Amino acid sequence: MPADMQNPPAQRETAAPVGSAPIKAIKLRHPWRIVIAVILVAALALFVWDAANRPAYDWPEYAKYIFDRRIAAAAWVTIQLTVYSMIIAILLGLLLAVMRLSPNPVVKSVAWLYLWIFRGTPVYVQLVFWGLISVIYNTIDIGVPGLQPLASWETSELLNTFTLAVIGLALNEAAYMAEIVRAGILSVDKGQEEAATALGMSWPQTMRRIIVPQSMRIIIPPTGNEVISMLKTTSLVVAVPFSLDLYTRSRDISAVNFNVVAMLLVASSWYLLFTSILMVGQYFLEKRFSRGIGAMRLDKNAPIDESAGTGANTGAVTTTPQTSSDEGGRI
Amino acid sequence: MTESPMVRAETVCKNFGSNQVLKGITLEVARGEVMCLVGPSGSGKSTFLRCINHLERVDAGRLFVDDQLVGYEQRGGKLYELKPKVAARQRRDIGMVFQRFNLFPHMTALENVVEAPIQVRGLGKAAAVAKGKELLDRVGLSGHMDHYPAHLSGGQQQRVAIARALAMEPKLMLFDEPTSALDPELVGEVLDVMKELASTGMTMIVVTHEMGFAREVADSLVFMDGGVVVESGDPREVLANPQHQRTQSFLSKVL
Ligand SMILES: Nc1ncnc2c1ncn2[C@@H]1O[C@H](COP(=O)(O)OP(=O)(O)OP(=O)(O)O)[C@@H](O)[C@H]1O
Ligand SMILES: [Mg+2]
Repeated sequence: MPADMQNPPAQRETAAPVGSAPIKAIKLRHPWRIVIAVILVAALALFVWDAANRPAYDWPEYAKYIFDRRIAAAAWVTIQLTVYSMIIAILLGLLLAVMRLSPNPVVKSVAWLYLWIFRGTPVYVQLVFWGLISVIYNTIDIGVPGLQPLASWETSELLNTFTLAVIGLALNEAAYMAEIVRAGILSVDKGQEEAATALGMSWPQTMRRIIVPQSMRIIIPPTGNEVISMLKTTSLVVAVPFSLDLYTRSRDISAVNFNVVAMLLVASSWYLLFTSILMVGQYFLEKRFSRGIGAMRLDKNAPIDESAGTGANTGAVTTTPQTSSDEGGRI
Repeated sequence: MTESPMVRAETVCKNFGSNQVLKGITLEVARGEVMCLVGPSGSGKSTFLRCINHLERVDAGRLFVDDQLVGYEQRGGKLYELKPKVAARQRRDIGMVFQRFNLFPHMTALENVVEAPIQVRGLGKAAAVAKGKELLDRVGLSGHMDHYPAHLSGGQQQRVAIARALAMEPKLMLFDEPTSALDPELVGEVLDVMKELASTGMTMIVVTHEMGFAREVADSLVFMDGGVVVESGDPREVLANPQHQRTQSFLSKVL
């Protein structure tokens, strides 16, 4: 550290032996680590070599279908399912979380009931239900109950299977998002709400302007996980039944060409590609959001650094305890 | 005719469950008066301040700010709880400064100051910004408008908090131990701002342990203990010559 070098020589008597020779010791050996590593690498190599030559995997078929036009289209559909469902789930989850924190007991209970149902039943079952919606509700009417409806639609015409799949995935996911958002909101210091209230801000204003923006730091990382999870959950939409997603499409193809394993590998490769991209994205998003607001929390009468003030406009300066593993050097 | 007081408390009581925190506070704060509220920890000072701007509801007694009943409305001999909107309207005329500043950390100093005027008072952005800059200048922070709270010292943060409260043009300012969370060398700059504010004729209630400030700036001093007012009067007199034994023992500890 520079601090050591700046020490005037006079102080060296009492301080640690700054200028003395570095320690040269025989490194402690870890023979078992090496053994275990060798075994693992060998096992993995064996598996790969075997898989490469095993006819059941049918790599030529894999190569033929990995960029198949139908597969690529299905991959695109899977992305659409993920994106639409997540957008709806996040908005609905935000609404539900705010409802759960509302002072109104009825609003609170409704949100709780929603969570109870949608978290308490399997998403697969929910998707089957959504598939049956046009059987359960033949028409969708707008109007006063008991009177002639003002407008009426055939359910099956209004909602195609893609829409139903999105609705099913989104409503289920919203329940989980609600809990994530709620945790984020509760993480904001109580004094924030108090200060806003004391300024005469209403509860909705306080939420929208003060609390929710600050809770983002807590909300973003688990939301990233949920997106990755959603991408994989889209493989269940066959329950609706919707069959144009990546998994169902590759199953359908394998039903014709009898190459089940190869088609599974094709689908898995695409899923892995997408999740990998999402993981990279999440890494950067987390890094971004753990700065700024995170560092600005007033944990005490804390951070006092006049010189750091010049960087304030960028909003990205110091780090939080959360990222201390990779950026521990700065405080 | 004498002017009505800014704050009038009549046997104000407040319970948290079975814990009676305020046991009948009666006091008056005149317009333009600076009152210091002192007392041991847990005596209910913060709770009383929070009652004044209805962050806590009063359980018994009456509390008036500017001749308006706080938190309730009296119609035909009956008390009605105020709608949140009306309660918020009462609050915006009362500024509050907290021990731990409670600045909005995701906003710059200037954004902190203009937030409520824009959102609550519906002031135009340009007007609010002009006003905000003027206020930050007044508390000596013209060079720090675009800084986030995390990059300000405690003393600077508290001065932003004062500017933020003043931006709502309150008729009454409540300070809850505004300097207790500060390093000793930063206390002075905050007290200076408060002194300046007092000199403009602002009505202020200040919970503090800064007896120097009380002696120099305050018009009156109230000593609270165990949820009641034990002693009150001219700060110089009370500090120099406390009448009650509880006041004496408390002052002997803080002076
Ligand atoms: N929201 C609450 N719920 C329950 N009890 C509370 C609540 N707020 C305060 N109290 C209790 O009320 C009593 C008085 O608290 P208060 O904060 O008003 O004291 P204080 O005089 O401001 O003390 P300090 O100097 O420590 O700030 C304390 O015993 C405290 O535990
Ligand atoms: Mg207190």
